[in-house]
Amino acid sequence: MSPSTKYTEYDAYAAAAEEAAEGRVFDVNGQDWDQVVADARDSGDERLVVNMGPQHPSTHGVLRLILTLDGETVDECRLGIGYLHTGIEKNMEYRTWTQGATFVTRMDYLAPIFNETAYALGVEKLLGITDRIPERASIIRVMMMELNRISSHLVAIATFGLELGATTVMLNGFIEREYTLDLFEEITGLRMNMAYVRPGGVAQDLPSGAMSKLRDYLDRMPERLRAMRKLMDDNPVYKARTKDIAYLDLTGCTALGITGPILRSTGIPWDLRKSQPYCGYETYDFEVATETTCDVYGRYLVRMKEMEESLKIVEQCVERLQTVKGPVMIEDKKIGWPAQLAIGADGMGNSPRHIAHIMGTSMEALIHHFKLVTEGFRVPAGQVYTPVESPRGELGAHLVSDGGTRPYRVHFREPSFTNLQAAPAMAEGGMVADVIAAVASIDPVMGGVDR
Amino acid sequence: MSSQHPEQQAEQAADRLPAQRPEDRSEQPIARMGMFGISGSGDTSGYGGLVVRQAPKVSSPRPFGGPDGAAEEGEFDEVADALERLLPAFGEAVERIVVHRGELTLHVRREHLLEVARTLRDAPELRYEMCMGVSGVHYPADEGAELHAVYPLLSITHNRRIRLDVSCPDSDPHIPSLVGIYPTDDWHERETFDFFGIVFDGHPALTRIMMPDDWVGHPQRKDYPLGGIPVEYRGAEIPPPDQRRSYT
Repeated sequence: MSPSTKYTEYDAYAAAAEEAAEGRVFDVNGQDWDQVVADARDSGDERLVVNMGPQHPSTHGVLRLILTLDGETVDECRLGIGYLHTGIEKNMEYRTWTQGATFVTRMDYLAPIFNETAYALGVEKLLGITDRIPERASIIRVMMMELNRISSHLVAIATFGLELGATTVMLNGFIEREYTLDLFEEITGLRMNMAYVRPGGVAQDLPSGAMSKLRDYLDRMPERLRAMRKLMDDNPVYKARTKDIAYLDLTGCTALGITGPILRSTGIPWDLRKSQPYCGYETYDFEVATETTCDVYGRYLVRMKEMEESLKIVEQCVERLQTVKGPVMIEDKKIGWPAQLAIGADGMGNSPRHIAHIMGTSMEALIHHFKLVTEGFRVPAGQVYTPVESPRGELGAHLVSDGGTRPYRVHFREPSFTNLQAAPAMAEGGMVADVIAAVASIDPVMGGVDR
Repeated sequence: MSSQHPEQQAEQAADRLPAQRPEDRSEQPIARMGMFGISGSGDTSGYGGLVVRQAPKVSSPRPFGGPDGAAEEGEFDEVADALERLLPAFGEAVERIVVHRGELTLHVRREHLLEVARTLRDAPELRYEMCMGVSGVHYPADEGAELHAVYPLLSITHNRRIRLDVSCPDSDPHIPSLVGIYPTDDWHERETFDFFGIVFDGHPALTRIMMPDDWVGHPQRKDYPLGGIPVEYRGAEIPPPDQRRSYT
């Protein structure tokens, strides 16, 4: 058998139905449900293994849950992941350090700025230039991260509402997220996957209209968050579905490596922005949201509080950006991107002024541009681990360099991946309907889980 | 040393890492060869028959300092002292200690990984209660230690971080599993097994997690091809990324 036929014609799942280890397999491929139910009843087996996903709207993308049910009670919960694995970490080994930003931004697609920042901080640490990043770039990074935290938490809460059957929550959440994404589009040219935070700084300075848009946003948002709180906080239906559901205490969180809102809902104020600050977070005034209930409702409250705190931080950033001027990329010609980028009609690209300069007046500038863009900069050998507090918990970038212009190895410690391991601990022994609530309160993003 | 920028020299002095000089590397096995990217010679064409050698295995001298990179005794010395005091086989278990870029790495021999991890977790003065997963790294040129598993540990109690680096030869890719000590490593070890083929002995169910169950090979190893096909762009044929011209 040649390798090609080995991989293409062999179907590992072809004979699965006949070879089931025990029990009878019911396929639901569009036939009459009554018949399926009648067959299941006749079989007389009390235990039912239900395969939920990978294409199920309640599982946040392509997550597969394998539930063993005894009536309505979940006996066992197992997870199948990997359906969205795209080999981002491997691909990055074949691109320059700067190009890596384009890849990492696509991992956790609801929190792209955090992926980029963790990566950029790692590269800068390897280069030993952490202290030389311009202040304005750091402020913009913090502002973008906090805006991103709001948009990510909004999706978490909106989809959660949808999964519990409340489309009002979903629509409200997505409307507000849309306004946040409008800001991203204004600033970076893209709504998602921006590759905006790059090793050395950020891709470009804020465009002229951004400040007034940011202020409009800050005027509007607190009232909208209050409205969402009015809708949810004391809603008896919502509380009945979330209170004391999917309990996981501090011991469980520590053992399973859980971070983020789930950890903070156990009462421990562990937030890397406070405990191990980066990008100058120690100079901002904000509080760490905690709850002590260890349940789904507590995690919801933590997320709401975090959005309010994020707004406070964004406000301080806007304040500072008025006075702090200067470059947004490191002033080291061997590392910093040679061109100021600009947003044109077709997205972000080299600014026309720079193009005119290298093509029209300076041969040396053209050579420099060509070398830095095609070859990239060298990063001294070594390994670093840089964690940031993403909306889902500790997002860490483990970067290894062998001294070349490409990463030798990039690995992301994804909070979604780690936190998803807690799903069985939260769901087993509970009702099948609460599995949805448990998974939704973890807020996994499969792009981040599978990478 | 003369080819280095004075600033770079100062940085390396701050890291207290003696290596990375060309003469230190000259004895090392060759890691990669290329056409372009030679530096440190008068040739400015960029073409010079690039030879990249494996980074020498160095260890940092005391005092280790702390994350801020100060030259006097600091947090890292406290950790190393405590571990040395609590672990009878410290000299045997910890191969070398590296302080680089404000991070402490303990290179641990795999035979002693479990006791080192247990001590780091349980001792009150260390208390690294969280493991931040496993990251595999493949160094094909590092004979006898081709596969590495890297464990970043976090202590919430003391607000500290440390990294364990464990290696195993490609011919015997076994490392004891840490699931018994840090249950969070369950999926992380499965992922590292899936991508690198490191077998974590004692793992409750070491199966593939990302790739399909019937996949052949371990895709993130350096000897596993990236794949891809040439594409046409505006009349020119662009080779897949792993076959394009490389500068380093």
